[in-house]
Amino acid sequence: MANTSNAGQGDFPIPITVEFTGGLELLFGNERKHKVVLPARLEDGSKPNISYLLKYLVDNLMKDQRIDMFIMEDNVRPGILVLINDADWELEGEETYELQQGDNIVFVSTLHGG
Amino acid sequence: MGSLDETCASLRAQITATEAQLAGLKRDLANAEQAAQSETAPTVEIQQEDQNGEGRRWPLLPEEYKRYGRQMIVSQVGLKGQLKLRSAKVLLVGAGGLGCPAAQYLAGAGVGTIGLIDGDTVEVSNLHRQVLHRTKNVGKYKVDSAIESLRELNPHPTYIAHRTHLTPEGAPAIFQDYDLILDCTDNPATRYLISDTAVLLGKPLVSASALRTEGQLMVLNNPPRAPSDKTGGPCYRCVFPKPPPADSVVSCADGGIIGPVVGAMGVLQALEAIKVITAPEIDGSSDASTARPRDPPSLHIFSAYSSPLVRTIRLRSRRANCAVCSADATVTLDTIKSGSMDYAFFCGAANLPSLLGPDERISALEYNQRHPIVPSASSQPHTVIDVRDEAQFGICSLENSINIPISNILSSGYSAGLQGTDNGQQAANVPSWLPSEVASPESTNPIYVVCRLGNDSQIVVKKMKELGLDQNGKRFIGDIRGGLRSWKEQVDSSWPEY
Repeated sequence: MANTSNAGQGDFPIPITVEFTGGLELLFGNERKHKVVLPARLEDGSKPNISYLLKYLVDNLMKDQRIDMFIMEDNVRPGILVLINDADWELEGEETYELQQGDNIVFVSTLHGG
Repeated sequence: MGSLDETCASLRAQITATEAQLAGLKRDLANAEQAAQSETAPTVEIQQEDQNGEGRRWPLLPEEYKRYGRQMIVSQVGLKGQLKLRSAKVLLVGAGGLGCPAAQYLAGAGVGTIGLIDGDTVEVSNLHRQVLHRTKNVGKYKVDSAIESLRELNPHPTYIAHRTHLTPEGAPAIFQDYDLILDCTDNPATRYLISDTAVLLGKPLVSASALRTEGQLMVLNNPPRAPSDKTGGPCYRCVFPKPPPADSVVSCADGGIIGPVVGAMGVLQALEAIKVITAPEIDGSSDASTARPRDPPSLHIFSAYSSPLVRTIRLRSRRANCAVCSADATVTLDTIKSGSMDYAFFCGAANLPSLLGPDERISALEYNQRHPIVPSASSQPHTVIDVRDEAQFGICSLENSINIPISNILSSGYSAGLQGTDNGQQAANVPSWLPSEVASPESTNPIYVVCRLGNDSQIVVKKMKELGLDQNGKRFIGDIRGGLRSWKEQVDSSWPEY
């Protein structure tokens, strides 16, 4: 066990934090912050990325049935920003970004009131 | 009593009128004093360039040194910044929850020209957060009401009232005369219009929004470089290339808003505006490679019930294929003015559901006749389900109604009732949100669903029928058309409207 470190952290599950704001928390049981543990490898041997996370969230965490308030055309719906460790996901490779242990992923719905 | 009330009302009206007259006289006096001072001293242009010792020695009026002294002695502002503020022309689009506090601080800070554009009039429900408007100004144009307050605060700036909603045809001509734009509006279509126009006219944009307990703030198109110049700041379209689906957009009227939340966002807009206006020129602007944005583009998210209250997110830079600020731009001033860039179409309209047939709906009046509040011998037992959220139910509710918020109903899994559509099998599959006595398969007592306006109630009726709760039509499930708003109109005029 102690010598597996060279095999990379890929062999350990990946704990991350997921947050919802801007009203999206209402779709997730009105909880803003969620701890999620993703598998180190998926069935096809790849590492979990944001695409996988989106599906995971819909299947496991989302309480509301209105899935199109979160996902449209297999991606986050327009008007939602995805932040990877406090940066716009477009700076990090969008849905192909592979999640790392301890990552903080925030989904922000834009507000329009004023 | 009646005549005493009348006397009080008359006196109040006279006091209001006299106060307005007094304010007008004070304004005239201030203007006259200013005119007298500038007659004995040089004209405005010379005031601004008297470093050479020509004309008057001091660029500001004595009263202005006192008035702005506390901010001028802050090194980031200084006299130089104060003079920039005085020559700045700022347009605020929207004189509501964001625009009021933003305008108040900009006027206080001595911004020389402040334009306000808004076609709305003041409503009582605005007053808890739109801090420039006074109770006596309900019904007045918001821009006039706001400017009245701003003049009392600071008579020096020039105030310009645009008593209209911003339109694509009119936006470029209005924006042209200003240096900086503040987006203080409340809907996506106007936000895209403002951003597009600001980019194409080269104006930086301070954009904010707020809802319930949260707010968002961005400084966009800063620096305001030409479209295709990648060193310019991103625009609203770079961040949100596609508008959100219209039915995901919630207004303050529907979702609610805490006054200080939107107030904080408006104040922060004023702060960002002052930072943009007073920012030192970047030396060597001839060298485009060093002329980088002053701050990396950011989104500030305010959340009243989180800690920290504000978190800041790094945003992307200009989008290489942005429809407005890239080399491939398709939106131009001409497509905006001609209407071929159709903002209403781009953002869509929420389709208010009309999910139910006429036989599945009942008017408030008819409901009240069928089931009067004081039950008669012939009145039938029934269930009223109010699907508003708990806070709204707590403000006012119908006698004997039960509260099941629509969010609870929609968050229950599909599995609950899917197998329950066989006759008589529902009992085992009653959804957890429905009290068992209501769901009982023996009961055919009607179920009425009600909400604030009659939209959510239709969704719930449809959902309940999908779950088989209507026992294949043996049990009436319908909604009260027009919701509690109709109840007030048709049945109970004392019903509180919130």
